[in-house]
Amino acid sequence: MSLFLIAALPFLGAVFPALLIRAGRNASSASAGATTFLALLGLLVNAPAVFRGEVVTARFDWLPGLGLNANFYLDGLGFLFAGLILGIGLLIILYARFYLSREDPMGQFYTYLLLFQGAMVGIVLSDNILLLLIFWELTSLSSFLLIGYWKHLPAGRQGARMALAVTGSGGLAMIAGMLILGNVVSSYDLTVILQNKELIQASPYYMPALILILLGAFTKSAQFPFHFWLPHAMAAPTPVSAYLHSATMVKAGLFLMARMWPVLAGTDAWFYIVATTGLITMVLGAVIALFKDDLKALLAFSTVSHLGLITMLLGFGTKIAAVVAVFHIINHATFKAALFMSAGIIDHETHTRDIKRLGGLRHLMPVTFVIATVAALSMAGIPPLNGFLSKEMMLEEAVHTTWLNSPYLVPGVVLIAALFSATYSFRFIAHVFLGPKRDDYPAKPHDPGVGMWLAPAILVTLVILIGLFSKAIVGPLVAVASGAVIGGGELPYYSLKIWHGFTPALYMSIVATVGAIVLLSVHGRFEQIWNAIPRPEAKVIFDAIIGGMTALSRKITEGLHNRSMARYSAIFVVFVVSLAGYAYYTGTDSVPTRIGIEPGIMPIIGWICLMGATICLVVFHHNRFVSLVLVGVVGLIISIGFNYLSAPDLALTQISVEVVTIILLLLALNFMPKETPWETTNERRFRDVIIAGISGLGVGGLIYALMMRDFAFPSISEFHLANSYKGGGGTNVVNVILVDFRGFDTFGEIIVLGIAALVIYALTEAVLGTRVRAHLLNRKPDMPQSGDAHPLMMVVVTRVMMPIALMVAAYIFFRGHNLPGGGFIAGLIAAIAFIMQYMASGFSWAAERQKVFYHGIIGSGVLIAAITGMGAWLNGKPFLTSAFGYIHWPPLEEFEWATAMGFDLGVFLAVVGAVMLALESLSRFAWQPGIASEHAMDINPARDDDEIDEKKEV
Amino acid sequence: MEILLATAVGMLTAAGVYLILRRRTFPVIVGISLLSYAVNVFLFATGRLALNAPPVLNKYADVPYSDPLPQALVLTAIVISFGMTAVVVMIALSAYLSSQDDRIDMSENTGDDV
Repeated sequence: MSLFLIAALPFLGAVFPALLIRAGRNASSASAGATTFLALLGLLVNAPAVFRGEVVTARFDWLPGLGLNANFYLDGLGFLFAGLILGIGLLIILYARFYLSREDPMGQFYTYLLLFQGAMVGIVLSDNILLLLIFWELTSLSSFLLIGYWKHLPAGRQGARMALAVTGSGGLAMIAGMLILGNVVSSYDLTVILQNKELIQASPYYMPALILILLGAFTKSAQFPFHFWLPHAMAAPTPVSAYLHSATMVKAGLFLMARMWPVLAGTDAWFYIVATTGLITMVLGAVIALFKDDLKALLAFSTVSHLGLITMLLGFGTKIAAVVAVFHIINHATFKAALFMSAGIIDHETHTRDIKRLGGLRHLMPVTFVIATVAALSMAGIPPLNGFLSKEMMLEEAVHTTWLNSPYLVPGVVLIAALFSATYSFRFIAHVFLGPKRDDYPAKPHDPGVGMWLAPAILVTLVILIGLFSKAIVGPLVAVASGAVIGGGELPYYSLKIWHGFTPALYMSIVATVGAIVLLSVHGRFEQIWNAIPRPEAKVIFDAIIGGMTALSRKITEGLHNRSMARYSAIFVVFVVSLAGYAYYTGTDSVPTRIGIEPGIMPIIGWICLMGATICLVVFHHNRFVSLVLVGVVGLIISIGFNYLSAPDLALTQISVEVVTIILLLLALNFMPKETPWETTNERRFRDVIIAGISGLGVGGLIYALMMRDFAFPSISEFHLANSYKGGGGTNVVNVILVDFRGFDTFGEIIVLGIAALVIYALTEAVLGTRVRAHLLNRKPDMPQSGDAHPLMMVVVTRVMMPIALMVAAYIFFRGHNLPGGGFIAGLIAAIAFIMQYMASGFSWAAERQKVFYHGIIGSGVLIAAITGMGAWLNGKPFLTSAFGYIHWPPLEEFEWATAMGFDLGVFLAVVGAVMLALESLSRFAWQPGIASEHAMDINPARDDDEIDEKKEV
Repeated sequence: MEILLATAVGMLTAAGVYLILRRRTFPVIVGISLLSYAVNVFLFATGRLALNAPPVLNKYADVPYSDPLPQALVLTAIVISFGMTAVVVMIALSAYLSSQDDRIDMSENTGDDV
């Protein structure tokens, strides 16, 4: 199976659990399981190749300009991790089916889980570090959803936030590190990076890149001092903890270190940073774990400790240590996932995870007892279980490691960690299962159904089998995975077996085990001392840091934003003008190359009108009606100007839009104050005049300079003029550009227009759903009303006009391809024809006769345009390629058909629908009971407001 | 001719900017409309001015044509600016009806959702 498919399957499958939950919980979990199984199968198909030492690849250039390619490759390391992710994922899906209760939204759970799974698989299969970073961030996001799955629990929400903050910020650091690395090698492909060890380690950017990448890895893998998020993430449901926090997500950091091992490891910096961090994390996690009473907290800190162990091994930088690290990754995943699931079972059956309230469960839950005990003994490192094997090998490596010339430091600290590790493992067994049976359990404990213990049982079987027959079962896997980590070359000699003879490691193991039993026997006393020592609480520190950052950003935001919109606009305008000024004073200027057109008397008159209207508009803008009239004047002159300057299409569009806009503003003004009060000070107005004046001067000067010079580069307009008739079959070049050359733009435009109209409709619905409706219903007109709402003359005239206006619209539409006109203009004219009816005969009268929803008209317009565009596919041409031809039916004139006409029809409909929907929505505000009349021409003799009031009171 | 058009664009811009710096919704909307005019005419003028040369092909004679490309762009811009104006008007109206206040500045004590 292609690697693309393996990585994509979980994402594709994520849809099904959410949908199938309607068919029941079994269907939902089965779909999640089937998806995972399929992906696992796809992975296993590639197994023979991987074990032959081949590297399976799948390449796809996504954004080659950025170096971002969807390249995947599968080597031993990727195979090991992908196998862990998918295999344990399958077990978790089974376990979660029985763990989650009826109240939990299971569909959501599996969808999140599959998203996470896909992101994890993506990380381990990526061959491109940019792609890897995308998946890396996806795991942070999806784990946020999973940890916070129980939204009603504050601990869950806080834990999720903390995990996201820590791993997310680490991820950001890693992005920087990866980009540096990519720059040094000048490739973002991992396979290329991994072959450039000397180049990277010699680069001055090695240290920054190393530190930034390690920040990402350490935060993800909960290394000291970032370990604190992991215990808090235990608020997640146990399947999540078992999956994310034992086998997968926290191993992503380890994976990355292992992946980068060939190029980053081997330096002193790597050794001291990575090995020391791992060492500290290992011992710290082990010590804290011993004193945790919450089962999951104990396991969480033990995970921290084991992650530290693996980090330390990778940090040693020797090949043999890397092999041990790989082996321990497998072992840890098996026993820790089983332990988490056992803890979940205990929690599920006894309703508590507090060790102090448990004990004696071996009689009540024998199956769970066996599973948990085997797993815990493996964690403690007791032969012949798999944990013992990798721990022995680790101790062996630690003995040979010198830290700052001290041969005893590393083995000493590791011994302490091993001692505590064994102690908390024994405590897990002794204090939960052994001891006398109690009678104060919160619930009556008993073993769960097979569905719940099957998954951990399978893992525990593996724990035993790997322990006994390690070479046969995982030998080849460890070999290929380690081979990938150390990046080619001979594998060092190692032996996966229980008995290595009397070695220092064996003595250390014996000391740790015996010491653990002693330590556990005095655990009570020891715990009192531990609790008496003051310790820094990570959550308090974290909250303080986050609180401080929040306060700082709030301060900055509120310092810049004083909630004054006018101020933001002023800052924006001044900034843009300054930029333009900077460009003007630093740039070069050329001499004018064109000669202006001599203006005649008519343009000068028009100019005077325009300037006058604009100045009056500003001066009298406090009277809103006057300003509206003046806007109309400005728009009219501009449309005449367009016509004069050889743009008939623009003139037609401008004038029809003008009509619609003014009607819209008038309708809105009906509900708003008719005056704008004088509020600003003289200084403020003076300041605004200066800002406005300078921007006007700048824009005017710019366009003047532009018009007086020729094009700096040859224009593409020549192409359009030359091909309009030949290629598009129309002589009106503007229309051909709209429906043909730039048809895709136009398609987007009508969609935007339709969305705008729908937004207006939705806003109206939302506003009319609130108390505003009551307010509007009781609204009294604030101005004297016309006695005759629908004058006879106007009603008659508009009804006569309607067919004529529609005919004009049709005429404009059909001639559009060859003469000024087209769908946009025709649509506006048709809309105006309808609006006239609303205005003359009243909203209710017109609405009653309106049989088609405007939404539908918009939708059909967009659809017709789309279908016309897709028609080109039938001819094997790209979307929106137009075709045309000529038909001659005697005695008619020869006429032309063009598919562009269909597209223009879509434009027409979308424009009609959008304009009408917008205006209709607005006019619905005016609706009041009792104003609807059966007769369009109802004459109201009551011209006086007082009489209206009296009439209403009666 | 060019100087007339340039001054007109400048005037429209200045008036538009002045009005969007006001404190009530209605003048701001009018200001935005004026700015749209200015921008549309500006874009149109980037094709340079021409008289009696509409970009409609003449089959019978070789005549000059004005630049069709800015015209096509501006045509859609005019229609879109109508859509934008309508949405802004609607938001302004809804805000006014909900709070009985058409100031564009957010006051200190009201949250975003009031």
